[in-house]
Amino acid sequence: MLSLLNRQNTGVRPQHGDREEVVFPVDMPLLTAILMLLALSLVVIYSASGENTALLLRQLVRIVFALVLMLLFCRLSPLTLKRWSPIVYGVGLALLFMVLAYGIVGKGAQRWIDIGFFRFQPSEIMKLAVPMMMAWVITQPNLPSRFPYLTVCVGIILLPVVLVVMQPDLGTAILIASTGIVVIFFAGISWKLIVAVAAGLSAAAPLLWYFVLLPYQQRRILTLFDPWIDPLGAGYHTIQSVIAIGSGGITGKGWLAGTQSQLEFIPERSTDFIFAVYAEEFGLVGVLVLLGLYLFLVFRGLMIAMYTHDAYSRLLAGALSVTFFFYVFVNIGMVVGILPVVGVPLPLVSYGGTSMVTLMIGFGMLMCIQNNKRP
Amino acid sequence: MTPIRNYLQENRYGYNRIVVMFVAVGLLALVLAVRVGYLQISQHDRFEELAQSNRIDLVPLPPVRGLIYDRNGEVLAQNFLVYNLEVLPDKVQDMDALLDQLGQLVELKEDDLERFRALLKRRPSFERQTLRANLSEKEASRLAVNLHRYPGAEFRARLQRDYTRGNLTAHVVGYVGRISADDLEQIDNNKYRGLEYIGKNGIEAFYETTLLGKSGFKQVETNAHGKIIRSLEQVPPEAGKVLHLSLDIRLQEKAMELLGGYEGAVVAIEPATGDVLAFASMPGYDPNPFVNGIGKKAYGELRTSDRRPLLNRALYGRYAPGSTIKGFMTLVGMQKGVSPHDRVFCNGYYRLPNGKRRYRDWKKTGHGSVDAHDAIEQSCNVYYYQLAKRLGIDSMHEGMGQFGFGHHTGIDLLGEPSGLMPSRQWKQEIHQQPWTSGETLIIGIGQGYMLITPLQLATVTATLANRGRKVVPRFLTAIENPQTHTWERLPPEVTGRVAGNNPQDFDYVIRAMRDVVHGKKGTARLSGRGLRYEMAGKTGTAQVKKVGQNETYREEETEKRFRDHSLFIGFAPLDDPKIAIAVIVEHAGGGSRIAAPMARELLDYYLIERLGLFPPEDADTDTGNRLARLD
Repeated sequence: MLSLLNRQNTGVRPQHGDREEVVFPVDMPLLTAILMLLALSLVVIYSASGENTALLLRQLVRIVFALVLMLLFCRLSPLTLKRWSPIVYGVGLALLFMVLAYGIVGKGAQRWIDIGFFRFQPSEIMKLAVPMMMAWVITQPNLPSRFPYLTVCVGIILLPVVLVVMQPDLGTAILIASTGIVVIFFAGISWKLIVAVAAGLSAAAPLLWYFVLLPYQQRRILTLFDPWIDPLGAGYHTIQSVIAIGSGGITGKGWLAGTQSQLEFIPERSTDFIFAVYAEEFGLVGVLVLLGLYLFLVFRGLMIAMYTHDAYSRLLAGALSVTFFFYVFVNIGMVVGILPVVGVPLPLVSYGGTSMVTLMIGFGMLMCIQNNKRP
Repeated sequence: MTPIRNYLQENRYGYNRIVVMFVAVGLLALVLAVRVGYLQISQHDRFEELAQSNRIDLVPLPPVRGLIYDRNGEVLAQNFLVYNLEVLPDKVQDMDALLDQLGQLVELKEDDLERFRALLKRRPSFERQTLRANLSEKEASRLAVNLHRYPGAEFRARLQRDYTRGNLTAHVVGYVGRISADDLEQIDNNKYRGLEYIGKNGIEAFYETTLLGKSGFKQVETNAHGKIIRSLEQVPPEAGKVLHLSLDIRLQEKAMELLGGYEGAVVAIEPATGDVLAFASMPGYDPNPFVNGIGKKAYGELRTSDRRPLLNRALYGRYAPGSTIKGFMTLVGMQKGVSPHDRVFCNGYYRLPNGKRRYRDWKKTGHGSVDAHDAIEQSCNVYYYQLAKRLGIDSMHEGMGQFGFGHHTGIDLLGEPSGLMPSRQWKQEIHQQPWTSGETLIIGIGQGYMLITPLQLATVTATLANRGRKVVPRFLTAIENPQTHTWERLPPEVTGRVAGNNPQDFDYVIRAMRDVVHGKKGTARLSGRGLRYEMAGKTGTAQVKKVGQNETYREEETEKRFRDHSLFIGFAPLDDPKIAIAVIVEHAGGGSRIAAPMARELLDYYLIERLGLFPPEDADTDTGNRLARLD
């Protein structure tokens, strides 16, 4: 395992040749784990969708599309990424404004933008643009002293976060904020400041509760502590998913045999709550395998960050890896009933294209950093 | 934040922070693994069970309610398939708009809407309410096509109770209605799964458990939307038992017809068995609208009507029995050693020794010298004032109680009142006053505190016809299992004999009561003309308003509501009584004028037309000839 994580010489490249000869310099350990997760995803979606092959095919198309994007991105050089950082960030920000102005309303929130042949969520771009921009800002050698510098960082994070909150999409906003914060953490912010901010945030929590959170969000948090206070309303998702997971046991009920999943007791079972379907049908054994795959991906990403010598690359690689895990944690935490219900899909496994495309581009960036770790 | 120009330092910082992240990620992954492990290992059993109960649903299969037949197999209560338009209020967003739209598909009368709105207020919103019952086929098909556009509106076929002769049987068979909140507290909910109706009164209520049957169930796998995926196991329902009643619906119909515009009651009993042949309370009402909840307006009309159709007079009506008790009083006298041959001189009134008040006879000039036979035949009051004086209230209370006066008959209907046969003790308890001898006198002619229900009056008449053998009146004669078609016939319930009277006593009184109808001076002799058989009878007039000492009662001058009630009891034929009858007609005047001819006609109808006895004279049968000669 460790040797795999530490593998230096990767990619489809001839042993002797130099970098230019490699068409797609992928990182084999990353790619293997990704492909395994995607295969798993198809298996679970097939079951969760009620054996819907048309749906499966659509997901397959998305996977191929996302893989192609990943391959394209892994060919780039980190320097290109760095140069493009402010532009990507700016375009993303502009798109967020556009969403608020002309976006499509779906499920009570305005998140989508339609550009002719397909619709996408600009907030997804921000998941990549924010860490890129943050890494770019932090690595500017000519930046002046600490204080205004930190304000700039906070501003970079806050601007898109506020726009996304306004959609309203609290889940994605939290994820975007976390990507930025992770960069600051990797950049070496002092522990004192971390503690101070944490203390300040907990002090501000009541204010956040009363003035920022919408009633439906408050309900979700309340039901987290006791889903049975509203078993048919806000608590319904959690109760049904926890029943599904618990009834799965150690070995699970078997593929296509989960009653909670097959009889549609689990809501949004091919998307946000797909983990419940998986845990019901594959049991604790399956869950540990899945967690193992995720950990492998994250650790491999952190390893890449560790061995790179360029500050921008390290910050970006670290942020991408950690936020990837953060997505996993937020989603599974919600499904197993230890975090409030926020609309966050399970990375690479949930049905849907937008988040997968973002994630795969992220992995493409990781691979490109891995390829260029010696500047 | 440290300046980031120093690459070495920069590397070191980044390196440390990445190590920290390795640890943090590992710990958080551990948290998830532990949580999932907790759910899937230590909580597994609990969630396994919850998942099971989630998917397995028991769908009740309601039983078919037992049918009710009369003694000749005519159906009185049945079930028929109706298509109803129902609304589940919980699923409706804008009720007014929905009602508007549905009103374009099917006809919704103002009454339907008003009743439906009342139900909406009274009943929980998760309960389906019938908006329109009995849709026509055309309406049903129109609805079926369009219904998907109206969430909350449902179209259901269901069995609905139907009372074929509702107007005649409302006070006997009663009706079923929607299970109410009060009912829910009384009943075992499990027995009513999938059922919406419960017997509210009459036979439907008394034999609820017999008629009900047993719910079956279907175990089904459902999805989260409650949609049935497949059936797993099924226990079929057991249909309710079929009841065969003693009632003769034709006789009932005849009785109602005769009561016509009057208010009153007729109860007829077969003396040998206690079978109630007719149980008419006029006016009746149609119980069918009550099944799905009657509209407020219609109910209000029934409730406030002067004729009080909702009052079951045959069962609950309490009347002074008047002179109808004179035969019984004679028997009580015999119990206590009073010879029926002792003569009393009737000069038109009676005065207690040392008393001023005159207790009047109905005949101002008096009946002259009368014995018990004459007193019954001519309905002499003075004789009975004297008899009452001799017996005293205690003996009368005890003796009349023997026949059933002041006691429940034990009929198979709910809430039967006991009537009232007063006593010293009763008066002390209720009025806190001692008994007076004047009160004894008027009890002797069935007035004063004494009260009796038509059912009681018919029952004591049956006891008389039976020569003292007491039978409990009943409606239910047989229970049929609709699945096996096996019958359980119920034997009549005899509760003993009237103690203290020998058969000769009864023969004496019955002979006197025969002469009430057949005798020259009989009070009901006009009703006895042309009888093809012998009957015994006794007229009665129950005073409604007290007539003052110096007043004279004149019917035509008295407001209707203060006019006397007209009563008659009788039975026939004399030697083998087939029917005993009590007729009470409110505010109709003397017993001989209204009640007696009614009774006569009913006896004729039952014996001759229903039973086919006593064919006309020219028909050469023994009974016919013999009885015809007697007339």
